Amino acid sequence: MAGVTTTAKDHLSHEMGMHTEDLRGRTQQRFFDISEENVGFGYPDALDVDFNKRAEVDAESLDTRQINSQLRELMKKGYGTIVLKNPGAKHSLAVGILNRLNLYVEGSCGYFACGLLDGPNVKIKGRVGWACGENMLAGTIVIEKNAGSQFGAAIRGGDLVCKGSVGSRTGIDQKGGTIIVGGDTGSFTGFMMQRGRMVICGNAGKNLGDSMYDGTIYIGGEPRSLGVDAVWAEVTDLDRQWLMRKLRMYEMVPAQGIGHFRKIIAGKQLWNYDNLEPGEKKLVL
Amino acid sequence: MCGIAGLIHRDGVGSIGAEMTSMLQSLKHRGPDSTGYAIYGSPGRNEFVMRFKVAEQEDTRKGFEIHDEIKRRRAKVDERLKQLGVTIIEAEEVTEYAFRYRIQFDGEMKKLADYVEDVEGTEILSMGNALELVKDLGDAKLVSSQYKLAAFKGTHGIGHTRMATESDVDIRSAHPYWAYPYNDIAVVHNGQLTNYWQMRREFERRGHRFMSNCDSELLAVYTAYNLEQGASLEDSLKQSIKEIDGVFTYLIATKDELGMAKDTMAAKPMVLYESDKLVALASEEVAIRAVIHKEIDTWDPYDEEVRVWRA
Repeated sequence: MAGVTTTAKDHLSHEMGMHTEDLRGRTQQRFFDISEENVGFGYPDALDVDFNKRAEVDAESLDTRQINSQLRELMKKGYGTIVLKNPGAKHSLAVGILNRLNLYVEGSCGYFACGLLDGPNVKIKGRVGWACGENMLAGTIVIEKNAGSQFGAAIRGGDLVCKGSVGSRTGIDQKGGTIIVGGDTGSFTGFMMQRGRMVICGNAGKNLGDSMYDGTIYIGGEPRSLGVDAVWAEVTDLDRQWLMRKLRMYEMVPAQGIGHFRKIIAGKQLWNYDNLEPGEKKLVL
Repeated sequence: MCGIAGLIHRDGVGSIGAEMTSMLQSLKHRGPDSTGYAIYGSPGRNEFVMRFKVAEQEDTRKGFEIHDEIKRRRAKVDERLKQLGVTIIEAEEVTEYAFRYRIQFDGEMKKLADYVEDVEGTEILSMGNALELVKDLGDAKLVSSQYKLAAFKGTHGIGHTRMATESDVDIRSAHPYWAYPYNDIAVVHNGQLTNYWQMRREFERRGHRFMSNCDSELLAVYTAYNLEQGASLEDSLKQSIKEIDGVFTYLIATKDELGMAKDTMAAKPMVLYESDKLVALASEEVAIRAVIHKEIDTWDPYDEEVRVWRA
């Protein structure tokens, strides 16, 4: 990286391990404002809302774009608790919310519900379609009924909870956070999972944890088969404590307790660093 | 990406035409190219409904002579029906190029189909004594108004909104497909079949006809063949998951049954709702919500799942 000038802020982010290269051009570097007077409001661009201000949105005659704009307008006005009525299983509802918010959805959502969230707590009374919570950074989403496939694809943080059963490829590419499924899950659950934890209270379909790089899957029932490079591991006391705490948070502790839960991790036999550049190799090893 | 939908009234006859239109219209974003219906009414006694086209919609814009040609083709179809001893009870001209005939016939259906389809540009879209199969370019509202489906009452139906990926945008590539030459059987499909050409060749050797280059037509032919061999609808659906490669979710309707099958990768969506009175299934829940307005429980079937409901 010869010839690249760095600023004091660049140094800070590099020391924190946030970047390994300088971002230029259209890519923006944003930093947390942690000056004295702004303590507690760390998110860049986050809207400041008051949980005690409550509003309702009736989505019956609105389309997705109108619903999402209305939510944004309400948050700009400082509403921190929003009830969304008659969502009618429309797609892409409540996406890209980057601030604190209590959102109650009184019905079912379609595809990509609550994608790209960073902060809000969402409760959905109905079912969700494919790819719910995709790419979530932080916050919680609790679904009372069932969910479709690709549940929590590529989430990086937060808790994604479905009290019913979910479709296939749950937590595909999961990069962090926690996914909890109260019922069963379909095939290829945890496919290419990289970090984070997944809790399945029921059974799983074929190829559970296929090609996972890292992360942990806890399962209460029986998987039809384990995927390539997914292996059973010993459940430690720390695991049990964590499981109990998480399931209790969402009132999902099974009647028989958590003693029957088993654990799956990556065998790491597929890991291969031989094709790395010499410089990269140093970093990895 | 196509949209498929199915509906069964378990407690008798319902407004299946209007309901399927609402379902398919809400799936328009999954495919705006063409829309098709296979809806089942009360079976008429000793008579069949034959729906056929003698040209594509696109052909009618190509020249002045086509209008006369369409008339000639229709006259030829009429003549051939007469030769086979078919009694035409009612002949309805739904569009310039698509017709609905109520007929009486007690001969061999395959012979009739082959003889009629030998007329240039002609394809029998459906045959049956309960089935009404309608398909054309445009969205559900347009096709429904064109073919006057709003008032149609029936017990069950399947439908399709098509996004053309494997073949042209025309009626012959639109769904549903009639399982030639079997009465009252129709298929809709969402996905891609990767061993289509290989299987098509096998079936062509056995004497089955393919009217389009659309991979979904294979499912209709495949089902017809299995039923001919004496398999049940459920057996055929289960066997298809093993024998047909690719990603697919498809629905088959017969006079009194409706079945679905999902491939081994579960790559194509399907949402189900089931109650004592109604079964609704669609690619997206938004279609089910278009006909059921109260709060309901819905779920996704898993990979390799096969279901058959009695209508």
